[in-house]
Amino acid sequence: MTIGQVTLELLTGFGTTCLLFALTLLLSLPIGLLLSLASMSRFRPLKVVVRVFIWIIRGTPLMLQIIIIFYGPGLLHMSISWPSRAFAAVVAFVINYSCYFAVIYRGGFESVPRGQYEAGQVLGMKKHQIFFHVVIFQVFRHILPPMSNEVITLVKDTSLAQVISVGEIIFVAQNIMNNIYVIYPLFYAGVFYLVFCGILTLLFGWLEKKTKFYRV
Amino acid sequence: MAFLEVKDYRKSFGENEVLKGISFSLEKGEVLAIIGSSGGGKTTLLRCLNFLEIPETGELWLGGTKLFDASEKKQNTDAQIREKRLHFGLVFQQFNLFPQYTVFKNITLAQTLLAKADFRQKKADFAKVLRAAPKEERKKLREEQKKVLSEIRAGQKRAIEEKALSLLERVGLSEKRNAYPYELSGGQQQRVAIARALALSPDILCFDEPTSALDPELTGEVLKVIKGLKSADSTMIVVTHEMEFARSVADHVIFMADGVIEEEGTPEEVFGAPSSEKTKAFLQKTENTDF
Ligand SMILES: Nc1ncnc2c1ncn2[C@@H]1O[C@H](COP(=O)(O)OP(=O)(O)OP(=O)(O)O)[C@@H](O)[C@H]1O
Ligand SMILES: [Mg+2]
Repeated sequence: MTIGQVTLELLTGFGTTCLLFALTLLLSLPIGLLLSLASMSRFRPLKVVVRVFIWIIRGTPLMLQIIIIFYGPGLLHMSISWPSRAFAAVVAFVINYSCYFAVIYRGGFESVPRGQYEAGQVLGMKKHQIFFHVVIFQVFRHILPPMSNEVITLVKDTSLAQVISVGEIIFVAQNIMNNIYVIYPLFYAGVFYLVFCGILTLLFGWLEKKTKFYRV
Repeated sequence: MAFLEVKDYRKSFGENEVLKGISFSLEKGEVLAIIGSSGGGKTTLLRCLNFLEIPETGELWLGGTKLFDASEKKQNTDAQIREKRLHFGLVFQQFNLFPQYTVFKNITLAQTLLAKADFRQKKADFAKVLRAAPKEERKKLREEQKKVLSEIRAGQKRAIEEKALSLLERVGLSEKRNAYPYELSGGQQQRVAIARALALSPDILCFDEPTSALDPELTGEVLKVIKGLKSADSTMIVVTHEMEFARSVADHVIFMADGVIEEEGTPEEVFGAPSSEKTKAFLQKTENTDF
């Protein structure tokens, strides 16, 4: 296998990695927000259920969750089957990351002083106006650093999908290695991650700078 | 009947009854100073007036009509409470400016949102008229409506901006309109907060210890602004520890202790010849700490 061929195969794997990453992010950012609102709900049962769920998801390995979600339905003789392995992986990632994001969002909301809500209230603003015009930006700014951490971790966590044989980049690299007995494809795959995470780091750095126009 | 009448306000937090039946009245254009020792319920009273807390019992009359009645739960939904709030303004001890907005936007934000809601309503009304009109006239009507609507919008914008600028001038911060709150001193921030509260032209403006979070050398500028607001049509309630200020600005003074009005009257009466032992003790204590 020439290096060109290796590159091509790795690129295919990297495509899958990016797909897992993008879909997970796209879905878990809003779902995490809903979960965080539920976890702060004044309706106690909902709050308790959501917090227990978050505890379970954050307290068990992501790899285990992927395995259970992929094999679980079949082993329980349920009639659903996953349209594809990658689909099952995305479902597991979304559940897992929504929970982590929920906790980050909650920290963000709790960092906004009560006085901000009250100032909005006495100015006759509606709840959603306070949320969108006063609170959300402060939350956004507050959660950027932990979010950037989590998002960068997600890039690398996508490699866990290989436990259910999803052809992401590490899986592909290992296959190549086993076929032609060379180790460099693994390092090569590492470079892909490095570049990807580097770009994300720059992006988040830029966002943080853009939102740091005020101090508290 | 006085401009503002508060009748038998009671408020508890769990077992702790913080307001134990507060009744008072205030005439239009008057300044009421509320003094009292820590934990007496002054902040809670202001928060009840602004409906940040809802009292368990009591009524509030404003300008001769009943604005709030704690026993009429059905009339105290979120939306209705929000309407009622607009009659009151509140300046917080900690300013609570919105840190991500400039001074100007802080002052205009709430008004802009209200104006937008107004505008949407107008637009909906116009659309209804348009649908009812005969087909052949619609085109012409639509053009006319478009023109009127854009005039309305421009008018709203102009009015809001002019108001904000004149308020900034009033609190002496015209040159700071594009500054962010963090770029201002505490005293300046509080003056912006005052302008922000005034922007909605509340019937009654409340201040909760407006200078307590400030360095002593900054309290003067804020008190001066508040003093300057005193006029025939601005009614104010000021919770304060600044006895000198209360004495010189207030038309009426209330001394609160343990959730009741212990004593009230003109500044001369309350400061000059207090009748209650608690008032005497309190005034003595504050005098001692002043020196
Ligand atoms: N949200 C709340 N929950 C429970 N208790 C409260 C709450 N707000 C106030 N209290 C209690 O109500 C009492 C009166 O508080 P309040 O803040 O109204 O006093 P204050 O007269 O403004 O005092 P200060 O001069 O220190 O500002 C205090 O005992 C306080 O602990
Ligand atoms: Mg207080």
